[in-house]
Amino acid sequence: MSELLAVDNLTVEFPTDRGAAQVLDRISLEIAPGEVVGLVGESGCGKTTLARAILGVLPRSGGRITSGQIRFKGRDLLAEDPRLVNDEIRGRAITFIPQDPWSSWSPLFTVGAQVMDVMKWKSPRRTRAGRLTRRWPALLRGYPRARRRADWQATIDVLRAVHVPEPERALRRLPHEFSGGQRQRLLIALALLPGPDLIIADEPTTALDVTIQAQILRLLRSLVKERGVSVLFTTHDLGTAYEICDRVVVMYAGQEMESAPTAAFFERPAHPYTRRLIESLPTPGEEIRDIPGEVPSLIDPPPGCRFHPRCDYATAECRAARPAARIVDGPHRVRCVHPVGKA
Amino acid sequence: MSATAPLLEIEALTRHFPVRDAFGRRTDWVRAVDGVTLAVWPGETVGLVGESGCGKSTLGKTVMGIHAPTSGAIRFDGREIGRLPARERRKVARDLQYVYQDPGASLDPRWKIGRSLHEPLVIHTALSRHERDRRVEEILRAVGLPDAHLDLYPHELSGGQQRRVGLGRILMLAPRLVILDEPTSGLDVSVQASVLKLFRRLQATFALTYLFISHDLAVVRAMCRRVAVMYLGVLVEVGDATSLFAAPRHPYTRSLLAAVPRIGGPRVTRDFSLEGEPPNPRDIPTGCRFRTRCPIAEARCASEAPALRLVEDHLVACHLA
Repeated sequence: MSELLAVDNLTVEFPTDRGAAQVLDRISLEIAPGEVVGLVGESGCGKTTLARAILGVLPRSGGRITSGQIRFKGRDLLAEDPRLVNDEIRGRAITFIPQDPWSSWSPLFTVGAQVMDVMKWKSPRRTRAGRLTRRWPALLRGYPRARRRADWQATIDVLRAVHVPEPERALRRLPHEFSGGQRQRLLIALALLPGPDLIIADEPTTALDVTIQAQILRLLRSLVKERGVSVLFTTHDLGTAYEICDRVVVMYAGQEMESAPTAAFFERPAHPYTRRLIESLPTPGEEIRDIPGEVPSLIDPPPGCRFHPRCDYATAECRAARPAARIVDGPHRVRCVHPVGKA
Repeated sequence: MSATAPLLEIEALTRHFPVRDAFGRRTDWVRAVDGVTLAVWPGETVGLVGESGCGKSTLGKTVMGIHAPTSGAIRFDGREIGRLPARERRKVARDLQYVYQDPGASLDPRWKIGRSLHEPLVIHTALSRHERDRRVEEILRAVGLPDAHLDLYPHELSGGQQRRVGLGRILMLAPRLVILDEPTSGLDVSVQASVLKLFRRLQATFALTYLFISHDLAVVRAMCRRVAVMYLGVLVEVGDATSLFAAPRHPYTRSLLAAVPRIGGPRVTRDFSLEGEPPNPRDIPTGCRFRTRCPIAEARCASEAPALRLVEDHLVACHLA
């Protein structure tokens, strides 16, 4: 098994007043060690839900996983003891970079206090023996002084790596004293500190200006490549995906449609949806092309391929069943009965 | 085009906001717009681009009359409108419209679409009920919605349809200049494409002039004939969109363009060089405002503020352009 993470036929439903909304429909996805995978799609296509399902943090009110598997390093995260997953995987082996650098920090505590709060539980220096003692409730359990000192030092080193100026002083400051770009750097540092194998980054540059975005993307890419960390990077911006990803997976209305290495994805898109999506990027001096129709409701989604009502190539076959993944060229896969570009 | 008179002329416009301490004493000024001169001719689309906090929205809102100018002139169709008394200003409001990020959000949730569309006509015109009905139908068709929607409430429409109604409402009074403030930010590319298409069609149908405020350079490039680049309250480069994007003169414009991911091109993250973030607008650098981040700044840049001057075919505010 070469993959680090494998999502297999995952279906997630959210109960609503009008029936269950199938937000993810039999999604399959693999991530190899050290690979940066972009998950692109329009709002509501389920990319954030997939990211949350992998982390095991679907909203408590809804979000039922009705079928499928999530395997991480060969362990089935859905079948395993949730306490063990929380202790060893979530926030340690898999960490998260949120979209919004403004609301992701508490305004009341210094950055250092908040980082140490995480490190107390998720530090890579926390030993197994220390984790499994359950003599004291979590709140009363101490933070061994030697480990605290080592964690503090590690934090300063990582802050230096993400180019936060004067790391020692930065840790004693409050979040509002930092700009959006700096806070996003701090969040990247926080995601790197536990020494993860996989980082899930949910639109981490959407809220930033282009010049800051370019700085952050470059930083993130060089850091994860240096450390051999895999990244699942969700974004609705195709340009960002082009910049940072090794491979791109496109989702539409809860189904994955195509998966291809970045160059092939943009040069030879095989799925009609991918093609229309790339064509709808504004190009100077040309007519603007949109995709006619609207994204379907997930409560009563179209049968088969969910893109078929808006697709130029749709036939009865597309309505009958969800197309199986077919190989276009090596790792380039497409779920379409009528892939474009292949005669 | 320059033979005719400009529709909108902004001259040395400034808008400063006071910064007050806990006792209400003024301690400082934020110079959000600090001496902007720009003309917009009838029928054209002028893009106003810059990073967040550069003052582009403040400029748009000052033109619209939402903020009063601190100094400088705003002339609309040859007439000074920056300092009109409220009653006079309201008459000008018909010709100028401001579109926020999501025009659909401005609809009253308790009003049917028809009532929302009638409202501006009731306030600003003396049209009869019948004439108003005709106008509403005409606009509704122009934004691509069926007549049946007049009897629906906003929540019964999709987000995209609400947006169309919001735009229709702005067009009811047949404005001449429409200020679009980040009209596509946060939209998915396919929705963005439909919105841009609609803007273009409406411009052709109703002979509109657009001031298009955006931070998205790809969108501005596709939509605008001329572009003005703003940095910390001043314009640093103004020119024809084609030539400005092909051969940017100001180092800031160059960095801004270099930061935009280009699909199919080299990865910009590989060799993008602009470091740091824009300085605090309360503490603007002396001389050229960009010099603290500029890769080619010299001693002169710290002492003398460069004025906009014509270099080949566009205006640039840089000593070294």
